[in-house]
Amino acid sequence: MRIRLTSVFVDDQAKALHFYTEVLGFVKKHDVPVGEQDRWLTVVSPEEPDGAELLLEPAGHPAARTYRDAMVEDGIPLVQFAVDDVRAEYERLRGLGVHFTQEPLELGPVTTAVLDDTCGNLVQILHAQDPAS
Amino acid sequence: MMAVMAEDVFKALADPTRRRILDELVERDGQTLFEICGRLAVKHDLGLSRQAVSQHLAVLEAADLVRVRRQGRYKHHDLNTEPLARIATRWLRTDTPEESP
Repeated sequence: MRIRLTSVFVDDQAKALHFYTEVLGFVKKHDVPVGEQDRWLTVVSPEEPDGAELLLEPAGHPAARTYRDAMVEDGIPLVQFAVDDVRAEYERLRGLGVHFTQEPLELGPVTTAVLDDTCGNLVQILHAQDPAS
Repeated sequence: MMAVMAEDVFKALADPTRRRILDELVERDGQTLFEICGRLAVKHDLGLSRQAVSQHLAVLEAADLVRVRRQGRYKHHDLNTEPLARIATRWLRTDTPEESP
């Protein structure tokens, strides 16, 4: 069994594609029209083009809004990405106008930060501290 | 601003977890519930449910030791030390009576 795809609900797929590619730096993998407006839209990391895909799924279901609003209010991220250096990414993304609800924080074995994906979700970025240090 | 009874402040401070929350907020204001839970779990080995932490925060808020700041869709928690200043000066003997600003 392998994890090949996971998803986040997004308010607007076009806006989400822009944020996840132009801002975060992922690349588009699949973009297939589904029905009248929706797309099967996935992105992958350029570092792992055959790795797990993230599906940017339309948040059309009424329960999705309630759920995501509650998560955002309490600062809870719905997806997590590995980076080499949280602080460097924080500086880079802040320069691009990204809003963080949690600034970089060293917590035991990891450093994390939490940002707003502008499409209704919070995203955690994380790196593990060098075990040698 | 609501009047806060000193009793509420003492009650809020009587609990070690709530004191830990204040310790963490001293380090950085404006934490989300998620960040507070993470700090308690990792730094203090307090693996409380988010609901439990939320209830502790409500007690701190009632004592005006924590102020909740809503910013758009986010909710941040700031430390407010004013009630502590009132307690700290309550039994102090001073030559000249102090006035609060």
